[in-house]
Amino acid sequence: MNKDAGNTTADIGSEKKKSQVLEVWKRLCRNKTAVLGLIIVIMLVLIGIFAPIVFDYDTQVIKTDYANTLQGPSAQHPFGTDEMGRDILIRVLYGTSTSLSIGVITVIISLAIGLVLGSASGYFGGRVDMVIMRIMDIFLAIPGTLLAICIVASLGNSITNLIIAMAVSSVPKFARVVRGAVMPVRDAEYVEAARAIGAKDSTIIFHDVLPNSLAPIIVQTTLEVASVILSIAGLSFLGLGIPAPRPEWGAMLSSARTYIRDYSYMCLFPGLAIMITILSLNLLGDGLRDALDPRLR
Amino acid sequence: MTKFIIKRLLALIPVLIGVTLLVFCILDLAPGDPAKTILGEEASVEAIEALREEMGLDDPLLVRYGRYMAGLVQGDLGTSYKTGDPVSEEVWARLPNTIVLALTSTVVAIILALPLGVLAAIKQNTLFDGISMFISLIGISMPVFWMGLLLILLFAVTLGWFPVSGADQGIRSLVLPSIALGFMHMASIARTTRSSMLETIRQDYIRTVRAKGLPEREVITDHALKNALIPTITVIGIQIGQMLGGSVLTESVFAWPGIGRYMIQSIQGRDIPSVMGCIIIFAIGFALVNLLVDLIYGFVDPRIKAQYK
Repeated sequence: MNKDAGNTTADIGSEKKKSQVLEVWKRLCRNKTAVLGLIIVIMLVLIGIFAPIVFDYDTQVIKTDYANTLQGPSAQHPFGTDEMGRDILIRVLYGTSTSLSIGVITVIISLAIGLVLGSASGYFGGRVDMVIMRIMDIFLAIPGTLLAICIVASLGNSITNLIIAMAVSSVPKFARVVRGAVMPVRDAEYVEAARAIGAKDSTIIFHDVLPNSLAPIIVQTTLEVASVILSIAGLSFLGLGIPAPRPEWGAMLSSARTYIRDYSYMCLFPGLAIMITILSLNLLGDGLRDALDPRLR
Repeated sequence: MTKFIIKRLLALIPVLIGVTLLVFCILDLAPGDPAKTILGEEASVEAIEALREEMGLDDPLLVRYGRYMAGLVQGDLGTSYKTGDPVSEEVWARLPNTIVLALTSTVVAIILALPLGVLAAIKQNTLFDGISMFISLIGISMPVFWMGLLLILLFAVTLGWFPVSGADQGIRSLVLPSIALGFMHMASIARTTRSSMLETIRQDYIRTVRAKGLPEREVITDHALKNALIPTITVIGIQIGQMLGGSVLTESVFAWPGIGRYMIQSIQGRDIPSVMGCIIIFAIGFALVNLLVDLIYGFVDPRIKAQYK
């Protein structure tokens, strides 16, 4: 992606590191759409953290109330109620914590595995690189969503299996990006210097190589959270994702589909929530890309 | 060129072996005894044992994989647990529907994206640029199934112009699914076209053509666009994978009788051979489309073609 990212910081004193972060932050702040994305992401994270604290899961989120089923939006239920009489607003808000937490956990796991595989591949090159990348190519030869569907179909639906499925389909993407970011740094003079003073390979990778190839990895991480959340929603919509009754946007849309003729309001809000989340993460990711490597623009 | 095609076709073989082995291993983890699924819970232990023996379920994984592959090269995808019919028949019957949907939505995407991307680049930093890039951002962020639901709500339920679902009204049934899937596809094509177009129109040779006094229209269509198309084609190729995933969702929303919907129904029925057949057909399709994209590269860019002479 950006081959020469990081080459500029040959020796990083901690002060220089700080000023670099500050520089990136300043550039990010100058980008209006990226700031908008960041603000929305922060708001979503806050909703995700506080929704489970404010609303009681058993009595407000999943409790059926057959006296109040399928009521249109009103003052009491701003987004209306669903076919089981549950408040859609509360479920949409609570769904934020479901999607964000599972999205972030999945990405952390795939990032960790992708970092190890990708940096080994990019750093050692040769046979190691070939073996790892050929295996990754096989995973990439199946479209991500289909691979995830295949895994969930086999293991059955549960949150753990969903995370496994999503992680398996995003590890190869991370491995590729990390490898691409590590390769140009591998032959830098400071890496050679570290090797000359007898540093271990693992030390070189984690202390010298990775910090200098972070830019594309950070961007990929942000965009991958968006893509994982989108896939979770898709799988849940197909009935292969988060098991009921835990609120999840895709699953909510799936049950709303049955009532589209007469209770169309049910189809609106969960979809809007997905779109806002993905949009803000994409805006932030694009903004980070520009801020981390201004040469790309 | 022929040599290149043959080389690429040969390179497909290890990929397909890897993919099928991967899918086979994953689906092998599925709990439950296929013999029990076929005979039902009531069946006697002896009957189940006999069927297991007959199906060779107790053989090692690689033996079963080899048997499956031997069938696959002859076009045999195994037998459905549910209906007892050959999976290949079920899949072949639905494949045309999936291909038609993929083609029409790609056409919808390209028809929308190219003008949007090119005009946005020419009118960079104007209101039109802003609006068109906002539309494509929405397209990237909108889940395809939600887009489908909204289209159904507006054009089928409220206005009644198109059927809500199914495929029994010919072209009229195809319109909404193609738009839903195409819209998601359009967004990244438009964005890539815009940025690659922006890069191209700043090149020296474009300045030369302009200096020569060629009308702006010809400068854009004959000189700039042709060169700017290469990244666009790449994105269209990359998107095919996402689109296959998206088509599963789209087929589900619109009850479109394609492979994707059949796969989901098979998953719900725990009909593993059918699921496997569908995923393998998708993977082969994906690989072939990628090959096609590579060939188109050579066609569009003589520099690439020259490498394979």
